[in-house]
Amino acid sequence: MKPNVLVLRTAGTNCDAETDVAFQLAGANTALVHIQNLISSKVDLSTFHILAIPGGFSYGDDIAAGILLAVEMKHKLRSALEKFVADGKLIIGICNGFQVLVRTGLLPGVEISDNGNADITQRSTLAMNTSAKFECRWVELETQQSPCVFTEGIKSQLYLPVAHAEGRFTAPPDILAELESHKQIVFRYDRSSKISSGNSNYPNNPNGSDADIAGICDRTGRIFGLMPHPERFLTKWNHPRWTREDLPDEGDGLAIFRNAVDYADSLLCPVS
Amino acid sequence: MSSNVNECQILNADDDELMRISREGTLSLNLDEMHAIQAHFAKLQRNPTDVELETIAQTWSEHCVHKTFKSLILYTEDGKDTEKIDGLFPTYIQRATEEINKPWCVSVFVDNAGIIEFDDTYNLVFKVETHNHPSAIEPYGGAGTGIGGVIRDSLGTGLGAKPILNTDVFCFGLPDTPYQELPKGTLHPKRVFKGVVAGVRDYGNRMGIPTANGAILFDTRYTANPLVFCGNVGLIPIDRCDKSVEPGDLVVAVGGRTGRDGIHGATFSSAELDDTSENLGSVVQIGNPIMEKKIVDALLQARDLNLYRSITDCGAGGFSSAVGEMGEDTGAEVHLENVPLKYEGLAPWEIWLSEAQERMVIAVPPENIEKLMQICEAEMVEATVLGNFTNSQRLQVFYEGEIVADLDMQFLHKGLPQHVKKATWSIPQHPEMSSRDEQTEDYTEDLLRLLACPNIASKEHVIRQYDHEVQGGIVVKPLVGIENDGPSDACVLTPIIGNQDAVIVSNGINPKYSDVDPYISAASAIDEALRNIVAVGGSIEKTALLDNFCWGNPDKPDRLGALVRAAKACYDIATAYGTPFISGKDSLYNEYRDTTTGEQRAIPSTLLISAISVLSDVGKVVTMDVKKPGNLIYAVGNTFAELGGSHYFSIHGYIGNNAPIVRTEEGRLTMQRLSSAIDKGLVRSCHDCSEGGIGVAAAEMAFAGGYGLSLNLNTIPTGEKIIYNDFLLFSESNSRFLVEVEPQKQSDFEDHMAEVPIGCLGSVTDNPTFTVIGIDGEQVINTSIGILKSSWQTPLHT
Repeated sequence: MKPNVLVLRTAGTNCDAETDVAFQLAGANTALVHIQNLISSKVDLSTFHILAIPGGFSYGDDIAAGILLAVEMKHKLRSALEKFVADGKLIIGICNGFQVLVRTGLLPGVEISDNGNADITQRSTLAMNTSAKFECRWVELETQQSPCVFTEGIKSQLYLPVAHAEGRFTAPPDILAELESHKQIVFRYDRSSKISSGNSNYPNNPNGSDADIAGICDRTGRIFGLMPHPERFLTKWNHPRWTREDLPDEGDGLAIFRNAVDYADSLLCPVS
Repeated sequence: MSSNVNECQILNADDDELMRISREGTLSLNLDEMHAIQAHFAKLQRNPTDVELETIAQTWSEHCVHKTFKSLILYTEDGKDTEKIDGLFPTYIQRATEEINKPWCVSVFVDNAGIIEFDDTYNLVFKVETHNHPSAIEPYGGAGTGIGGVIRDSLGTGLGAKPILNTDVFCFGLPDTPYQELPKGTLHPKRVFKGVVAGVRDYGNRMGIPTANGAILFDTRYTANPLVFCGNVGLIPIDRCDKSVEPGDLVVAVGGRTGRDGIHGATFSSAELDDTSENLGSVVQIGNPIMEKKIVDALLQARDLNLYRSITDCGAGGFSSAVGEMGEDTGAEVHLENVPLKYEGLAPWEIWLSEAQERMVIAVPPENIEKLMQICEAEMVEATVLGNFTNSQRLQVFYEGEIVADLDMQFLHKGLPQHVKKATWSIPQHPEMSSRDEQTEDYTEDLLRLLACPNIASKEHVIRQYDHEVQGGIVVKPLVGIENDGPSDACVLTPIIGNQDAVIVSNGINPKYSDVDPYISAASAIDEALRNIVAVGGSIEKTALLDNFCWGNPDKPDRLGALVRAAKACYDIATAYGTPFISGKDSLYNEYRDTTTGEQRAIPSTLLISAISVLSDVGKVVTMDVKKPGNLIYAVGNTFAELGGSHYFSIHGYIGNNAPIVRTEEGRLTMQRLSSAIDKGLVRSCHDCSEGGIGVAAAEMAFAGGYGLSLNLNTIPTGEKIIYNDFLLFSESNSRFLVEVEPQKQSDFEDHMAEVPIGCLGSVTDNPTFTVIGIDGEQVINTSIGILKSSWQTPLHT
C-alpha cells in the first residue's frame, strides 16, 4: 500500500498542483482536498499519512500571511489535527503553508502546559521581508543537523527558489535558543558563498530571517515548514542554469518528498 | 415607465441634441451612429430606454467592436492616388492568417483568445489586452484589473483554459521627468511605473500564474498616456475548445458581486484623456485576485464534468456585452433583480453595464444546474441564475417584472454603420547623423551609455517582484546566466511537469522606428518577436503572432495613415514568414488634451507583437549567456547602415531616416538555418541583435555568462559597404544574431549555415575583458564585463 498524502487547498492556494505532482513522483497516493471538505467531514483526515499545506495566498493573506487558514484549522479541525500529530504522522508546510504552521503554533511546536493541555499558541512569526517587497529568486540552502524526517540523509547544500513577501523568520531570543538546542533548524540560507556587506546576508538570505533560518521542524522532526519551494525543483530543467551546467536529471527538491513517503511507507502503512 | 428606467428622448432630437446625449452620457457614439439608432427606434415608434441606449453604446464601442479596424478607409500616401481599404482587420490581419492557412491554428479571431495546437491532449490559448486609460488614472487598480481581465479571457475561451503564463509589457514616461514638466492632471511616470508593477505583481502572484515575459519602454510621449499590455497563455483540453448556446440554457453569473465600479469603461476607453480625466475614478474597476482564483478552481472542475455549454467573461460593458454576445444567435432574457449586488441603490442600467471584476457568464443546461451550484458552493464562489437563453433573437432585460430593454439582436450586432475615414501618410524627413569616427577612436563610453538607456537597462528589480516559478514549469527564466541576471530572449515553459513538450513566448516592440515609418516599426516588431523565438531554439514554422496596436486618435488622418502603414507591414511580413495572427486587440485614442491650452499630445504609434511557439524537446533549448572560454562568436545575418530610430542616434539627439527594414527572404532563411543548427546541437548560446545592435548584444552575452569577449568588426557580414566603426557596432538591422560555437563544431556550423551570411568575430575569453578591434585594426572598445554589467544594472535598480 502506498502512503496517502492530503494536499490541502482553500481559496488562494496556488502551489497545490505541483506539490501534488511532487508527492506522486515520490511514490505516494495523493488527493487535493478543499478544507471545506475536511470541515464538513466529507473527507476524513485520519485516512491520510501525510498532510501537505502548499504555497499560495490563502484567503488573500488578508490581515497577515496564512493567518486566516491557521485560525480555521485551529478552530474547526483541532481535534482531527491533534490526533493526526499524536498518531506520529507527517505535516509539511511550504511557503504559505509554513506561514500557516507557524501561526497555528504547530511550529516550532506544541507546548504542554502545567495542567497537561496542549497549548497551541504562536511563538514565532514570518514577517515582511527586510527588502519590503515580494521577491522571487533561487537560494543556496545549508542543511543542518536535525531530527527532521523530511531531510534525513539529504545532501548538505540544496538549491531552491523562494518567492514571497513575508518570509522573514523571527522569534524571541529564548525561542531561537530553544530551536538551536533542540536542533530544530532544518535549513539555513547560505552564509558562505558571498562576502556579505556588514551584517546583511542579502540576497543569500533573501528576507532577513533571524539566524538565516529558512526552515524548521518540531522536536519530533515530523512537522516541517520551509519558505523555499522544493516542489519547484523536481527535474533539472527547473534549474536556472541547466543550459550551462552539468546536472543530474533529478532536481534537489524531490528528495524531501521521497523521504516523507519512505518514512510513511515504513512506519505508518500496514504491511500488505 | 417606472422610476427605475428613463426614456431617452431621441426621436425628435436634432443633431446637436443627439450629440449632447452621446457626450453627456459618456456614450462615445458619433452622429452617424446616433442617426442609425434614431432611425431604428423611429421604426418602432418609441424612444429607447436608458438601458437600451447604454447597451447599444457598449456593444458599438471601439473597445468592443473595433470599428476603426473595420471602417472603410480612404488612404493617400505622399499625395499619390487614393486607395480604398475596406477594413484594416479583414484586409491585412485576417487575410494574412487565411492565406498562411496553418493546420495547427485551431481557432482564430472568433473567441476570447486564439487557440493553437500543443500536444495530443492539450491546445494553447493566448491573448494580450491593454488597460491603458485606467492605468493612467489609477495605476495599481488599472494594471491589476488589466491582468485580471486577460486571465478571464483565457478562462472564457472555448469552455475555459487553465491560465499558465502571464506576460506584461509597459510603456511609461521617462522616470526622471521634472515635476514642473508634467502635463496638467497627470501622474508622475515614477508613480505610474511603481503602481502598475505593483498591480500586476499582486494580481498575478495571488493567482499563482508565473509572469515570465515582458518589456518596459520609456518615452516622454507616454507620460500622459502610459501603455499597459497584459497577456495570458492558457492550457485547454483538445475536446473543450468549442462552445455553443441552446435556447433554454440558463444564464448563470459566477463570481464577484456587482457594484458601481467600472461603469462606462468600454466607452471611456474610446475617448481621449484630458486634464480632468483624473476625476473619473469610478470608471476604473476594483480587483480581487482571490475571487478570480476561486472562479478558476470552480469552473475548471465544472468544465471537466461538462456542466455548461458556453462561457465568456464580463469585461467591457459587463453583463450587457457578455449576455449580448453569447445570445447573439439565439436571444436571451435576463432578470436584473437576480444579480447579487455589493450594495443597494443601483439603477437597472448600472447593474447591466457595471464592469465589476471577477465575473463570468456561463450557459448551463437546466439539468446541470444543481451540480454546478454544488461545485461553486464547495469552492466558496457565488453562482446565480439570471435568466435563460431563448429563441427570440432578442435581448430582453427585465427589472422587478418590468421590461427595461427589448432589443433586436440583429440590430444590436449588425446595425452599426460602417465608418468612412480619411487617412494620409507622408514620409517625414529628419536631420541625418553622420558617423562619429572622425571625432573619436573609442566607443567604450557610447556602449556604456547605451547599456544604461532605460529601454535597454536591466529590469531585474521589476522581474523579481513577479513569481516566475509558480506552477513549476518555467525552464528558461526571464533572467539567465552565471549569476541568474542576464536578459533572456524569450521564456520557455513545460506546462506538464517532467514532460519535454515546451511552449516559447516572446515579444517584439519598437515604437522608436515609428518616427521614421510605422511600416518599418511594425515589420521590425514581428522580426524581433520571431528572432527571440529562434534565439532560444524555436522555429518560425510553428509560431503564431498576436498584434496589439496602441495608437493616437484615428479620427485624425495622419494617425490613421500611420495605422494603415503598420497594418500593411503586418500582412507583408507575416505572410512572407508564414507566421499567422491568431488574436489581437487595438487601443486607440491614446491622446492627451490640455483643456486650457488646447495642446494635444499623441503617443508614438506602438505595435506590440507577441509570439508563441511550440517545441517538442525542451532539452534542445539554448540561452543567451556565453558558456565557455575558447568558444567562437559568430555574427549571423547581414548588417546594413540602418541607424534611423536607433538607440545610438537617440543618445546623440538624432532620429535619422534609415530605419532597419525587414528583408523577409534573407530573414526567413537565416532563422530557418539557425533553428536547425540549434536543433542539431551546434550552438552553445544565441542572442538576437536588437536595441543597440551587435555592441549591446555582445556585451549582454559576455556579462551574463561571466566571461570576456575579444571581437573584431572586420568580419561582420554586411549587406552594403560600411566604413564606420560606430555604424557596424550599433546598427539595428533586423534578422541578425550573435552565436557561440565550440571550436570542434566550427566546420559543422559553417557548413550548416552555408547559404546564410555569417562571420566569426572572435572568441570567449577567460579574462573578464571586453575588447573590440575596429576597421583599421585599432581597438575601439576596451573595458571589463564588470563595468559593462554595472552600467546596465544601475539605472533602474530601485
